[in-house]
Amino acid sequence: MQELIECKNISKTYGKKPALKNVSFSLPLRGVFALIGRNGAGKTTLIKILSTLLEPTSGTAEIGKINIVKNPAEIRKSIAVLSQEAKAVNWLTPRQQIFIYLLYRGMGINEAKMKTEEVIKTFKIGKNADIVNSRLSGGIKRKVLIAMVISTGSKILFLDEPTIGLDPIAREELWYILRRLKKTHFIFLTTHYLNEAEALADNIGIFDEGRLVQIGTLQELRKNINYQYSIYVQESRISLKSLKRYGKVVKGIDNKLQLLVDQKNADLLSKRFIQQKIRFSINPISLEDIFYYFTKKQILEESYE
Amino acid sequence: MSNIFSKIYASVLVTAVYAMKNYPTMVISSLLTPFSLLIFVILISKGALLDIAIIGAILSTMISSGIVLQIDLSHLKNDFKMQDMIVSSPTSAFIYIFGMSISELVYNLPTFAILISLAVFFVHIPLVPILTIILVMCMSFAFSTSLGFLISTFSSDMMQSWTFSGILTILLTTISPIYYPITYIPLPFRYVAYLSPTTYAAEIAQNALGSLKLPLSTLIINWIVLIALSAIILVIAIKKNRWREK
Ligand SMILES: Nc1ncnc2c1ncn2[C@@H]1O[C@H](COP(=O)(O)OP(=O)(O)O)[C@@H](O)[C@H]1O
Ligand SMILES: [Mg+2]
Repeated sequence: MQELIECKNISKTYGKKPALKNVSFSLPLRGVFALIGRNGAGKTTLIKILSTLLEPTSGTAEIGKINIVKNPAEIRKSIAVLSQEAKAVNWLTPRQQIFIYLLYRGMGINEAKMKTEEVIKTFKIGKNADIVNSRLSGGIKRKVLIAMVISTGSKILFLDEPTIGLDPIAREELWYILRRLKKTHFIFLTTHYLNEAEALADNIGIFDEGRLVQIGTLQELRKNINYQYSIYVQESRISLKSLKRYGKVVKGIDNKLQLLVDQKNADLLSKRFIQQKIRFSINPISLEDIFYYFTKKQILEESYE
Repeated sequence: MSNIFSKIYASVLVTAVYAMKNYPTMVISSLLTPFSLLIFVILISKGALLDIAIIGAILSTMISSGIVLQIDLSHLKNDFKMQDMIVSSPTSAFIYIFGMSISELVYNLPTFAILISLAVFFVHIPLVPILTIILVMCMSFAFSTSLGFLISTFSSDMMQSWTFSGILTILLTTISPIYYPITYIPLPFRYVAYLSPTTYAAEIAQNALGSLKLPLSTLIINWIVLIALSAIILVIAIKKNRWREK
């Protein structure tokens, strides 16, 4: 039987301020689940609750049938968490940092030493492994923390915005590692980079103001919206009004308009633009488009309103 | 219960061994406070308070451990979010704190080595008082580290932590007569000293040294206060700490 992570009506209020509103979902404990949402949407709060750092105000969750509220100690044996604001401890070196964390995880000294060396190799941090963290760049320190969490061997990983501060190449390297891991692990990650979610995720959740507004594979999310194509036009001759009847206009800055359309209107519009010699580009809908659609955030300049 | 030793060792490495290895000057700074006060008291008293001051310096180092612990824990918790990573690991609050407390002792090993050598040279008392003094020191250590932990779980940034540490320092080491007998404090102010739990510990130690003659009833009261306070703080620290946030 497939093991699950199941969230049941989780709500959280800080004082009077609601941060999570009735979050429920159920996912297999396998692959990557990417949670996307704007700042303050509640992603970190959900990760903190699921990783037993924070108690929910109401509701509960089970990870592989173990209840996170009643039995946190049991969950902690099988998870590892990278907190969003975690930083490498200033006065330690990367090698020391990874080693002590593995000791805290309950590994014996020899095993911890071995795993430390192993992960230093995998993440190519050998060159910096013995320099105190305070002298290393932000990106390297972030990498050390990710390496540290992965080196635990935990099959369930919570990574809260893991790639913030990584350069594009380091990010790709991490994706490569995560893609390999996801065959045998469950990785719950939050991100602002929609291409990261597209590159890695088996399932994607969209969070908006404490609510899980969508969850599913990219294909499933695509199906849940009525538009299949995204069209960009940059043209001062076109008015917003004349486009509105074809689909949904989501962006409009500097005469550059983006609208989402279905198959039929995509054909119609393409023909019209070609006839009028208007330059345009057309693409299948991306995660970014889906994200804007479901979080109801439109970027429109006033002149277009 | 996987590998308690590893977890304690980890704490000792983080705040004591690695810190001193990577920044050797820390060893010198760890010696500064106890010795500057010790030398000061010995000079002012022209050597008369030598034994009290040596024992006082050890006691004060034990008590300061709790204050430093509070700062170290807040630092790791608030600035590096390391405590988060540990809360979500198979390490319990108790093991983490126990390890961190031990690490404060390890950090002070150079201090203890010198002070204990001095004590062996200059303080000559029989076995029972020695054991009494050791017991008092252990109690004070347990008390101050529980208090330090409890407070650290409530601090959300370093400014708060430094404020707490200032208050604790005054309460635990400034108003209590650790390096000299309480009779040196003029009377109305002496009562202020009794607000500090450390005073009771210092009195018991000084009584054991023979430099203070407490009536048996006072001695018993002192023990009761010390044990009761330690137990209360320990229970509160276990029950009310914000290890897992609410
Ligand atoms: N400790 C806290 N106390 C009060 N409010 C908080 C706390 N942590 C988060 N919040 C609030 O809860 C909401 C969700 O925050 P968070 O989970 O950090 O969002 P995200 O990770 O998606 O950016 C925000 O409005 C934030 O201000
Ligand atoms: Mg966040």
